[in-house]
Amino acid sequence: MSLAFDPPRRFGLAQLWICLCGIVWRESLRFLHQRERFISALVRPLVWLFIFAAGFRQTLGVSIIPPYDTYVLYEVYITPGLMAMIQLFNGMQSSLSMVYDREMGSMRMLLVSPAPRWFLLTAKLIAGVAVSILQVYAYLIIAHFWEIDPPSWWGYLTVLPALMLSGLMMGALGMLMSSLIKQLENFAGVMNFVIFPMFFASSALYPLWRVQEGSPWLALVCKLNPFTYAVELIRFAFYQQIDPLSLGVVFGCTVVFLSAAIYAYDPARGILMRRGG
Amino acid sequence: MRDAVNALTVEHVSHAYGARLALDDVSFTVAPGSFSVLLGLNGAGKSTLFSVVTHLYAPKSGVVRIFGHDVARESGPALSRLGVVFQSRTLDPDLSVEQNLAYHGALQGMTGRERRERQKILLERVGLADRVRDKARHLSGGQARRIEIARALLHRPKLILLDEPTAGLDIKARADVLAIVRDLARDEGVGVLWTTHLVDEIRDEDHVVVLHKGKKLADAPCGEIVASVGAAGIGAAFTKLTGAREQEEVDA
Repeated sequence: MSLAFDPPRRFGLAQLWICLCGIVWRESLRFLHQRERFISALVRPLVWLFIFAAGFRQTLGVSIIPPYDTYVLYEVYITPGLMAMIQLFNGMQSSLSMVYDREMGSMRMLLVSPAPRWFLLTAKLIAGVAVSILQVYAYLIIAHFWEIDPPSWWGYLTVLPALMLSGLMMGALGMLMSSLIKQLENFAGVMNFVIFPMFFASSALYPLWRVQEGSPWLALVCKLNPFTYAVELIRFAFYQQIDPLSLGVVFGCTVVFLSAAIYAYDPARGILMRRGG
Repeated sequence: MRDAVNALTVEHVSHAYGARLALDDVSFTVAPGSFSVLLGLNGAGKSTLFSVVTHLYAPKSGVVRIFGHDVARESGPALSRLGVVFQSRTLDPDLSVEQNLAYHGALQGMTGRERRERQKILLERVGLADRVRDKARHLSGGQARRIEIARALLHRPKLILLDEPTAGLDIKARADVLAIVRDLARDEGVGVLWTTHLVDEIRDEDHVVVLHKGKKLADAPCGEIVASVGAAGIGAAFTKLTGAREQEEVDA
């Protein structure tokens, strides 16, 4: 073995790219190994689709609202909401698991990389988003056999950028929460206090005009909920359309959540210190 | 660069968790290629120091440099010269040995080819070349540690830090891990900072830093420390040093 050392590599763009690919690759491998996680990620939206939506089909009529130019079945209406739900669950799960003891070791491994910390955190988010997109497409394949399709095959492609952005927003939100809220130590707490309120107080299950009729107050909450805009962004993109308001809100929230999370994870701020090191 | 000569320089580092002072003005250095031991009981501040050196968080005051690069300000150049073995098991149990190493190589920006070449050499050196395809969960504690040592050296660091690497291992595995680190570090010219509370892991020629309740009590070659307190060995010297400190505290 040689005694001579190579001079340490400069961490340029090529190294950052290798680093990003490695993080995404590992996250995907881990996901494929965790079959239960994959199955539960798939079963959850399918339960909503096959049971909830089928049951409510007759009760809830959806009138013609953009992007739909005809009456749509309730199953069709809630599909974008379920796609966003998959991402919401995934974002919370992967971001929160990062800081809990179970994952503390791998988080420390990640953070001793010479790549800048903001880059590592963003790469970790992107890896989580990649996994959530796999889940969404797996769901769409099954939904296809239930005759839930975009108006054109292109919809499967145009929804991809929307999924990337909404996935980033929800992952960044999870990361930010993990740094701010100490009490959310287990996933049940996150479900009760974050996922369910965000999901129900949004346009995922019912159009906002319907909510407005029932409770103007709830409609206001829905309008203030970033999840609503993620759902609408996906809904329009699935129909090859762009909803500028949703795009703006989701993009803005992603930037804000991500910046705040990176700030919170700065070594000098010490969030990792409190988590125990 | 004033400190370019030292593999690791810890300068007046203090850190507190709330009101509890975990590190109190600690300074020491690790020379390139040397084997240094950070000796202290549980709660001495070893883990805090470890977290600060690995840039997990910044100390309240003081500076840590790796080959002259300030860990807080130039973390990239500093961390690229550092290899780490954490106390907790950090191999991904669901992934194979090779996949674990590939992930680490990617985090260090190594190309696949570069990583495979290094991996081959290092796995042979730690005696586990035949386990490359096995899942990490099927390795014994000692084997997992040896893989972690190979992983820490993968990107050719010039300094490696090991946080109680023999914790939880049986006598044979402990001896193996210690021997492997000593041999590899010597052959590769790597500086080592070995954290432990076990005095039998120390040799006379090792440099020893004694840490007790956040304060540095000694910082010299093992033999000198033993001679300076007039003890029979490093174990007795450690007891004397920490005992004297306790007495001072009582008197004060």
